[in-house]
Amino acid sequence: MIGALAWIDKMIAMKTLYLVVPLAPLAGAIVAGLFGRSIGRAGAHRVTILSVLISFLASCVIFADVMTGNVYNGSVYTWITSGETRLEIGFLIDRLTTIMMVVVTFVSLMVHVYTIGYMAEDPGYQRFFSYISLFTFSMLMLVMANNFLQLFFGWEAVGLVSYLLIGFWYTRPTAIYANMKAFLVNRVGDFGFILGIGLVLAHFGTLDYATVFSQAPAVSGRTVELFSGSPWLLMTVICVCLFIGAMGKSAQFPLHVWLPDSMEGPTPISALIHAATMVTAGIFMVARMSPLFELSQTALSVVLVIGAITGLAMSVVAITQFDIKRVVAYSTLSQLGYMTMALGASAYSVAIFHLMTHAFFKAVLFLGAGSVIIALHHEQDMRRMGGLRKYLPITYWTMLVGALANAGFPPFAGFFSKDTIIEALHASHTPGAGFAYLAALAGVFFAGLYSLRLLFMTFHGEERMDAHTKEHLHEPPWVVTLPLVLLAIPSVVAGWTIGTLVYGDYFGAAIQVLPAHGAMQELKEGFHGVWAMMLHGMSALPFWLALAGACTAWYLYIARPDLPKVVAGKFGILYAIVERKYGFDELYSWLFAAGARVAGNGLWKYGDQRLIDGLAVNGSARVVGWLSGIARLFQTGHVYQYAFTMIIGVFVLLTLWFAQP
Amino acid sequence: MTMQTTSHLLSFSIWVPVLAGLLVLATGGDRNAAMARAIALGGALCGFFVTIPLYTGFNLQTVGMQFVELTPWIAHFNVNYHLGVDGISVLFILLNSFITVLVVIAGWTVIESRVAQYFASFLFLSGIMNGVFAALDGVLFYVFFEATLIPMFIIIGVWGGPNRVYAALKFFLYTLLGSLLMLVALIYLYNKSGGSFAILDWHKLPLALPAQKLLFFAFLFAFSVKVPMWPVHTWLPDAHVEAPTGGSVVLAAIMLKLGAYGFIRFSLPILPDASRELAWFMIALSLVAVVYIGLVALVQADMKKLIAYSSISHMGFVTLGFFIFNAYGVEGALVQMISHGFISAAMFLCVGVMYDRMHSRQIADYGGVVNTMPKFAAFFMLFAMANCGLPATSGFVGEFMVIMGAMKANFWIAFAAATTLIFGAAYTLWMVKRVIFGAVANDHVARLTDLNGREFTVLAALAAAVLMMGIYPLPFTEVMHASVNDLLRHVALPKL
Repeated sequence: MIGALAWIDKMIAMKTLYLVVPLAPLAGAIVAGLFGRSIGRAGAHRVTILSVLISFLASCVIFADVMTGNVYNGSVYTWITSGETRLEIGFLIDRLTTIMMVVVTFVSLMVHVYTIGYMAEDPGYQRFFSYISLFTFSMLMLVMANNFLQLFFGWEAVGLVSYLLIGFWYTRPTAIYANMKAFLVNRVGDFGFILGIGLVLAHFGTLDYATVFSQAPAVSGRTVELFSGSPWLLMTVICVCLFIGAMGKSAQFPLHVWLPDSMEGPTPISALIHAATMVTAGIFMVARMSPLFELSQTALSVVLVIGAITGLAMSVVAITQFDIKRVVAYSTLSQLGYMTMALGASAYSVAIFHLMTHAFFKAVLFLGAGSVIIALHHEQDMRRMGGLRKYLPITYWTMLVGALANAGFPPFAGFFSKDTIIEALHASHTPGAGFAYLAALAGVFFAGLYSLRLLFMTFHGEERMDAHTKEHLHEPPWVVTLPLVLLAIPSVVAGWTIGTLVYGDYFGAAIQVLPAHGAMQELKEGFHGVWAMMLHGMSALPFWLALAGACTAWYLYIARPDLPKVVAGKFGILYAIVERKYGFDELYSWLFAAGARVAGNGLWKYGDQRLIDGLAVNGSARVVGWLSGIARLFQTGHVYQYAFTMIIGVFVLLTLWFAQP
Repeated sequence: MTMQTTSHLLSFSIWVPVLAGLLVLATGGDRNAAMARAIALGGALCGFFVTIPLYTGFNLQTVGMQFVELTPWIAHFNVNYHLGVDGISVLFILLNSFITVLVVIAGWTVIESRVAQYFASFLFLSGIMNGVFAALDGVLFYVFFEATLIPMFIIIGVWGGPNRVYAALKFFLYTLLGSLLMLVALIYLYNKSGGSFAILDWHKLPLALPAQKLLFFAFLFAFSVKVPMWPVHTWLPDAHVEAPTGGSVVLAAIMLKLGAYGFIRFSLPILPDASRELAWFMIALSLVAVVYIGLVALVQADMKKLIAYSSISHMGFVTLGFFIFNAYGVEGALVQMISHGFISAAMFLCVGVMYDRMHSRQIADYGGVVNTMPKFAAFFMLFAMANCGLPATSGFVGEFMVIMGAMKANFWIAFAAATTLIFGAAYTLWMVKRVIFGAVANDHVARLTDLNGREFTVLAALAAAVLMMGIYPLPFTEVMHASVNDLLRHVALPKL
């Protein structure tokens, strides 16, 4: 009895905590946003940092609680009811959720602290803190959702905040172009996403995860005829639609075009939103939907192929860019491709594992890049950097960790996650896995190349900045370097948890894999601890490919810095294509942006103005005018004409009357 | 069926604003403008307060009409002063009365000539439109429906822009011609039902399919012009461009809803078989509105035209929702009507705020407004996002529900409808980009002053409504359930 009471007491307390996690940042955002002027700059960062800290600590407590085996799935309030269905706002707190909560709140906290230094001189200081706290709230609502509706809520809300933050410096034409582009491309993804949600509601009668997942096997054989005569598996249609949403948010080919441009936003949000958390929402979503994706081999193949194209193609672009943030952005795109490939190979746990390690090391790379940028007074071109190692030692060492983790060298975190993804692709029998495996291997070489190229061009070699800049070079304040260090630590050690998180069945029922997709099961049998994996890794192909990439970078940018131009010249047109990002921006702006305007103008000028207004509306007015013009001829106002007409009329009538038989 | 014949709340909701309007007129010329404004505000507030018990006292369980009033009017033709509301109509009376308050506040200092007449027109209009939503007698409905044209004609024709006479006439003739066929239909139904003008009697009236179809098209003419549906929409952009801000607000927020309301009060329940037969036609027109109008909105250079086209596109969702015949569709459509009432009112008020300062509605004349009007920009951003149907704003709820309902009907209908996610965002955000963001474009923008207290109040009230409805729509939808479910059951039964 007492035990039961204590349990109830605990459940209530935990439920309160669940609410605290998202609502604390929301409260912080509202205070900083609405009362920013009265609480001042320090007030704004104190209240938002405190709120995110509370959220982080609560997430840790919940994480510990869930580790003991507790799972919570309950509703907070009813959003609407309609017909037989009820749509609710509620939380699903399981191991997949808690790991996301901890990662999101931790990176967010680091970014909040970092922002104090990075945005110190910006007039929009309070507004920025308000936005990033609002983002944290939205992202938490997304990952904590227990239903598709709330998922979509969070999904769109993070998109909104991303829009506001990319366009944070709203007087820059490039920024306000980039944020609109980001929103619209994401909307294309959301278009697919909402159709997927609609199909779920239409066929399951609910949007609640637990109910949908438990009923999914029963409808796995159902087909729908979108085009008459060709029945498609319902699960395939649902999963592909949902995945289109993920392609938008996680910037997968061919909806990847918005992410590089999003670098127009301040660097802290590039780290938080466009690397560590928001862009991984698509990955999280697919992992969450594993009970559905497992039922459609076709959908998994689509996921594999899209991920493979993104993973390889974007890593190639990264080696041609000179803007330090864009290099990291393309690296992010490529890493997201790896996560997507893992999802396609049914290695969901590894995808989430890579999501986590990537969140740490990519945040380090972005924040480090930001540190360089402020040290150089907002210089982003790596051709005007070099030799910064001795001026910015902390930034250098932390970025070195980040770069090595990104390239996938042991013992850094990226090694464990990326290597496992490649192994999983190798072991997978899902169609497309072979292609993805090759793409992933090739991508490793480029990752080694661009990661080290970034490091060498920035921190090593000749000092290419001007004398004035060099005079003022110094390490940024501790609020900038502390988050770098705190993020660099997990960029090393997070990988060592692979035994628990990936091979220890950590996720339990949160992720479901059919026995037919047994790649991970196979790998599990070959896993003998972290040390064995590292030793094995050093003799495996990916390691040597990454090393080859790194050596190439060393040769091109340290040993023979004159060579890159020659190589670029040798490849000529190929280089130009890659440097122009394969021309997707130009294609889309011609096909969609200009195309829609031409269509709109055509419909307006010819449809509305000529046809409807010109012909039908004013035309009928003209017909009325013409008829009345004729009628007016008879109304001359001359009595003799009326009398004459009348007499003729009388005669006609009389004639007709007499003529009748 | 519950009959609360003791209550006169609906009469109050109609006649309080009308009486207030008469009082305002009685203040006379512009010398007494201050008094006219005060009486108008008081009248509008009283008009709003008397509608609140309609919501708080509303019985969620019954499907019947509530707050019914029934008195013979023209006994010879069996015409009655018959009022009542159900879950479908009650919210529109509240919305209308709420918007009237905001319109009065918004026009406070902006209107300087013929002040009393201006406010009186809006108060008359408010009462008349409440009459449309409350009328249960065919003739009463028709009288109110047509009477709305007069104040609006005056509002556009007197306080409108340079081309106001053309716009007012186009508006008047377009809608008047449309509704003449409805009069024929009403008389036909009167004869067919053996001399009754009671709309609820007509709901039960058996009708052959050819007759139903003819009647359907007669009603379609009247209501589709009002909604407006493609292709009879071209009066709306002209009317909006010329109307004063308050006129645009009421036109978009309430008057367009009269047409949609007509469909659900007349076409669906009186002609269920024809409605089902011709649903494909209505759905096609609605989807054309969503896609075609979305593209046309994209290329507008005038902000009011852009928002007018956006209204047409959003109203396409309403007619779409009605004719897919499921709870999500119909309730989503009703939610969309209310939400569009808030959002379109807010958007037109925002344009009004800028127009009052710059005397231009051309997007090209603006740029970087956020630099000089940050508070305004925040509101504009919020309403723009609501216009794109972002979750947690009211704009999402209706669109989402209609798309969900459409998916139950057919994948490709949902597909076409969901394109609004892209088009809506494209035309709205492109406008935001060119008007709000960027560096200060010119000296006029540089001299802009931010919102005053009065403008802030109006926009804040709408912002609160938009957010409340987006975050917690249940209080809005639960009112509708019983009536909508009853309607759907009724429509599903053939009455040949």
